[in-house]
Amino acid sequence: MLALLVPHLPEFIKNFIDGLLEPTMYFVLSVVGFWAMIQFRSFWTRGWFIGGFFAFTIVFYFWSLTDENFKLIVGKPDNVPITILFFSLAFLLWVAFRKMVINDRLIDKGLPTFEHREASRRVYCWPDLVYTEFLALILCTVLLLVWAYYLKAPLEEPASLVKTPNPSKAPWYFLGLQEMLVYYDPWLAGVVFPTFIINGLMAIPYIDMNPKGNGYYTFKQRRFAISTFLFGFIVLWVTLIILGTFLRGPNWNFFGPYAYWDPHMVESLNNVNLAEYVYLEWLGRALPSNILLRELPGFLTVIAYFAVLPPLLANLVFRKMYKDLGFIRYQTMVFFLLCMAALPLKMVLRWTVNLKYIVAIPEYFFNI
Amino acid sequence: MSLMKFITDSQIWKSIFRHKYPDNPRDQALAVLSNVFLHLHPIKVRKSGVRMSFTWCMGGLTFFLFLVETITGVLLMFYYRPVVEYAYNDIKALRDHVPIGIMRELHRWGAHLMVITVWLHMLRVFLTGSYKPPREFNWNVGVILLVLTLLLSFTGYLLPWDQLAIWAITVGTNMARATPLMGHEGPGAAFIQLGDVSLVTAGSDVRFGLLGSKTVGAATLLRFYVLHCIAVPLGAGLLIAVHFWRVRKDGGISGPM
Repeated sequence: MLALLVPHLPEFIKNFIDGLLEPTMYFVLSVVGFWAMIQFRSFWTRGWFIGGFFAFTIVFYFWSLTDENFKLIVGKPDNVPITILFFSLAFLLWVAFRKMVINDRLIDKGLPTFEHREASRRVYCWPDLVYTEFLALILCTVLLLVWAYYLKAPLEEPASLVKTPNPSKAPWYFLGLQEMLVYYDPWLAGVVFPTFIINGLMAIPYIDMNPKGNGYYTFKQRRFAISTFLFGFIVLWVTLIILGTFLRGPNWNFFGPYAYWDPHMVESLNNVNLAEYVYLEWLGRALPSNILLRELPGFLTVIAYFAVLPPLLANLVFRKMYKDLGFIRYQTMVFFLLCMAALPLKMVLRWTVNLKYIVAIPEYFFNI
Repeated sequence: MSLMKFITDSQIWKSIFRHKYPDNPRDQALAVLSNVFLHLHPIKVRKSGVRMSFTWCMGGLTFFLFLVETITGVLLMFYYRPVVEYAYNDIKALRDHVPIGIMRELHRWGAHLMVITVWLHMLRVFLTGSYKPPREFNWNVGVILLVLTLLLSFTGYLLPWDQLAIWAITVGTNMARATPLMGHEGPGAAFIQLGDVSLVTAGSDVRFGLLGSKTVGAATLLRFYVLHCIAVPLGAGLLIAVHFWRVRKDGGISGPM
């Protein structure tokens, strides 16, 4: 009923957003937003700002639902969790950053942090903790019941391997990985990088030798650790899930949030391999028939990336860290860091010079 | 009041609760100590550890959702047969024949929510530096639990046996064929040969092991059903026990040293 009274989202706003967004701009904006979040944390964590942000985002979100295409993709039952993730993550980041900002100010003044002041105070689990848990449990149950009552679980046509939906998508929590397939082949995006994500997460406690920030919120004492982790989680995981779910349509083409998913949209693909750049363009000769010789520039690039860059970084950027961590820990850290950076780097190379593969041996499914 | 007293003085009541109403330190301690479920907690915790703004309660909610999934999952198992001929119709019957039926919805949305709470729990633990010594090992247990949560959700995704299910699993498991050395479209697999016979083919690679066939089919449905209902929950349950145990042994909810 109420929906009839609300005017539709104006076309010019839709066109502006649809026109503005494409994969490059989307990623650049999310990186800039991330940088601003870190940089201006003492500004945006103020109550009035975050209150305004939430009011604006929620109003705009519901206003956008007046658009058919937006409603179709965001309102898909299995996509609802992403909306919940988005808002709960934004809220909890605010909670965390506010605590970090306040604690950092206390630390600067030489005062104990919020948690330090309470460190020696202990309370009985009954009732303090048990009741908190009970309350959280009830709220969660209510949310689940309401959600379950109003939104039916999806059930489409019976399974058939003959009818391929376009686009075919993995479950929403894997769509960051599926988006990675645009830039890397399945053996990397689907197997090697996910393994490295898990291994990298497991390695964190053994490579972070900073004794500070154990058991309390602080940013200043753990700048590098927090920035890196949040970049991975927010920019490379969550925003890519949003991109992969909401903005990728038929043939994995990019569509703005209000755009119609036209299955016949044509995207020109003219991506070029590194070997073609080196031999055809720069050396002005044909590609060598020997595979290893052909891919030599690519191999050298990859080797340089993982073997030459770490000592270089240790001497230039991470001088103190190298001293603190020692050789093995530093190597582990920098290896995972470079793997993480490999995604945005390849993105930039794709957008700027249309680079397809650095190493391209499709004969043996070995493309990097 | 006297009725209340009659009840709490009865032999039955006293046989269940070994303490008086917990409004004094002794009975507060006993309330936690003498109850096997509450006994997961210590008697006392750091003040900062009970603040919701510190813990976000995400770990606890994850465990709660795991229980929700177990209970709703058991109920759903009564009505579901993991066979290609029946699976879809069983789910359809749940939708069409049960008035205000929300069991499948609770199960599905609970699963999505659990993925979210696990991520947010990990985020909180990271931001408070709670993986630092002495909690390194428990962080690792947590990472494995995160993977198991995703696996639980992923294996369950196939069970409705509709278009959404089969294609999501097809897209997801297609990655396995590109596994280096072990997938038939993975780098290096072509070199694994015995004479002229290549050992890693579509019928013998790691994806085949995962699916039980060359495409997502009847064998896959049964396999994912068993993984979803028995194997992964058992593993997760075991690790949850280790996780909680280590939280206690490593000094409870983290706080400044």
